Amino acid sequence: MQELLSNKLGKKLILLGNEAVVRGALESGVQFVSTYPGTPSSEIGNTFFKIAEKAGVYFEFSTNEKVALEAGIGASFSGLKTLVAMKNFGLNVALDALLPFVYTGTKGATVIIVADDPSCHSSAQSEENSRGVAYLAHIPVLEPSDPQECKDFVKLGFQISGKYNIPVIVRTTTRVAHQKMPVILGKISVSVKASVGKQKGKFIKNPKQFITLPPRVLEMKKELLEKIEKIRSFSENLSRADTGSQKTAIITSGVSYLYVMEALKELNINLPVLKLNFFYPLSEKKIKNFIKKLKKVLIVEELEPFLEKEVQRLAKEVNCKLEIVGKKLLPEVGELKPEFVTSAIAKFANKKFTIWNSQFKTPVLKRYPQLCPGCPYWLVISAIKKAVDTSKVIFGGEIGCYMLFGNPPVKLQDYLSCMGSSVGIAHGIKKSAGQKIITFVGDSSFFHAGIPALINTVFNKSNPLIIILENETTAMTGHQPHPGAPVIPNGIKIEEIVKACGVKNVKVLDPINQEEFIKTIKEFMEKPDVSVIISKRPCIQILNKKK
Amino acid sequence: MKMKMRLISSPKKIKQFNTVILGTGGQGLITVLQIIAEAALSEGYDIKSSELHGLSQRGGSVEVHIRFGKKIYSPLIPQGKADLILSFETQEALRGVYFANKNTSFLVNKFIVPIPLEKSLSEGEIIKIIKKISKNVVLVPAADICREKLGTDVVSGIYLLSLAVFKNLIPIKPASILKAIKKIIPEKYLELNVKAFNLASNSEAVK
Repeated sequence: MQELLSNKLGKKLILLGNEAVVRGALESGVQFVSTYPGTPSSEIGNTFFKIAEKAGVYFEFSTNEKVALEAGIGASFSGLKTLVAMKNFGLNVALDALLPFVYTGTKGATVIIVADDPSCHSSAQSEENSRGVAYLAHIPVLEPSDPQECKDFVKLGFQISGKYNIPVIVRTTTRVAHQKMPVILGKISVSVKASVGKQKGKFIKNPKQFITLPPRVLEMKKELLEKIEKIRSFSENLSRADTGSQKTAIITSGVSYLYVMEALKELNINLPVLKLNFFYPLSEKKIKNFIKKLKKVLIVEELEPFLEKEVQRLAKEVNCKLEIVGKKLLPEVGELKPEFVTSAIAKFANKKFTIWNSQFKTPVLKRYPQLCPGCPYWLVISAIKKAVDTSKVIFGGEIGCYMLFGNPPVKLQDYLSCMGSSVGIAHGIKKSAGQKIITFVGDSSFFHAGIPALINTVFNKSNPLIIILENETTAMTGHQPHPGAPVIPNGIKIEEIVKACGVKNVKVLDPINQEEFIKTIKEFMEKPDVSVIISKRPCIQILNKKK
Repeated sequence: MKMKMRLISSPKKIKQFNTVILGTGGQGLITVLQIIAEAALSEGYDIKSSELHGLSQRGGSVEVHIRFGKKIYSPLIPQGKADLILSFETQEALRGVYFANKNTSFLVNKFIVPIPLEKSLSEGEIIKIIKKISKNVVLVPAADICREKLGTDVVSGIYLLSLAVFKNLIPIKPASILKAIKKIIPEKYLELNVKAFNLASNSEAVK
């Protein structure tokens, strides 16, 4: 890990995409970093957590992604070079803060890392394609395809941000963030190391930039759109195009580019490839030049066909007869795999391609993730199953290890949505249907987005039983600290927050005391107002580490 | 045998070499992947790997890919293109069939982690299915050997990798793997891992 701080220029280091992001930020002289963990972006925070002090960078795990971005905005307004990292759903949480930030623009250059997870390897809730946010927010979006580009594009992002005073998103996907390759190290800015713990920014009052009040806000939007056109001109030179005399060609971006190159090698054909490094603003001139003389073009992109639609639009201007193929040959659901792309390119280019082993069928293993042996949640499950008739109670799921409650043999989950939602939805069901509900929320999720929903049950009077699973860590994403975790001296006590919200029925229980836990569930299920059990027992992995 | 080994080990001869590592969460797949990556880098190869982190690690099936060669693009190994499949758990080896062709070597740990509420397939059934696609399947009691000789099976993965190296199933020099083990494994566990490496070099299975 400390090797990441190595100053050996030109040295090759095997880095994970996320580690390369960290290195890129360090080489750019980053001063302020904030994040909320979420796979596949978590290693960015984990890495900074370990090296920030030595690197002279301010780092924090914030309570949620919106707060992380707001902290970053404050740092940028104070003139610091800032990096904020999150997974795709985190960007949704942060969106409210993002749009005005793009309007005001930056003072200190700012890069926001957003990691999507096609195929939902580590994500419930939706298969989100965050590229769409670019249209909504008018924020430049760069798409690296491998760890070397993760590092290079973070640096490019800081350059663009510095030059045009606008935050820039670097969007990765699981296969980029969790890809490893030898990355060539650049220079770590000396000023970073020299300024250990000393980098103090300064907020200089400038209402014209920082206050998004009408009528100024509409001027800001106009300025933003002008900025985007300037960045578009700049982006034209940054996308890679191999032109040839062929009439068929490929346009691609991100990790899909690697599958395209793999496929061309496998099929032993040579087609011109345009690799787009900018998703937004799109290099329109470059695309128009590329497609002008083509007969057919294949668009290779994961998830929704954003690029395909853009190319359709541009082709109307320069080559209306162009045949544009994309989702006709490639799936819109699930990540791409190299063999899907090879097969699509073969069909597109009329080449023969068969996968020799596709005739072999094997039994499918249904080995799902499980709660760890010794996980304190097993005790909670056991108590619930003894306390209530589970067929007559609705169980509210939530994002964290406990979303595994949905899998057999536990089966205590009747709905699952986003962070902090279990309590909010429980309130709605109570008000609409009045059925018995037990709803779960983890400690980190409670701090993240659970508190407003809890207050709503008191304010608007509903009576779900909320079990807060306090295991003293953010377990699922790799044991990051949170505001109540004991690694922080004088951590905030959840029971004090719950009481302060006006909840009358509150008990802190160690689920090892099964009898009392069962008795309390039974008692609280009958209460006319909201009740909360704080099930307090550390994550088994934390206990094992302490041994 | 020695002649063949030299030929395979020469970097100029290898365009690319694809290894799929299979197992269940917590079996140390990523550590073995890192060792192969460092060893391949030290022999002058380009590398790409693909890993899964996070929830997928909680005891579920885990599949990681490591590729090395002159120039590697995709971090994922295409269907049917694996040269070597290392499976740290017997049933998980079945997931390797997707990546295998008739020349693919399978090195499979004789070690079953039962799947809750499912009947485990027998070793015989599993090997029979794999042999339909490739005859190069070796079931190794790595967990038993490591437990008997070293007192723990946590190094089964290192033993399997080392066995692959000494059996010449992966075109990397044993010395490069040992160097990579020393680089990757924390000081505290190094001796145990080096013992597992040495144990593989003396293994009957190598002959």
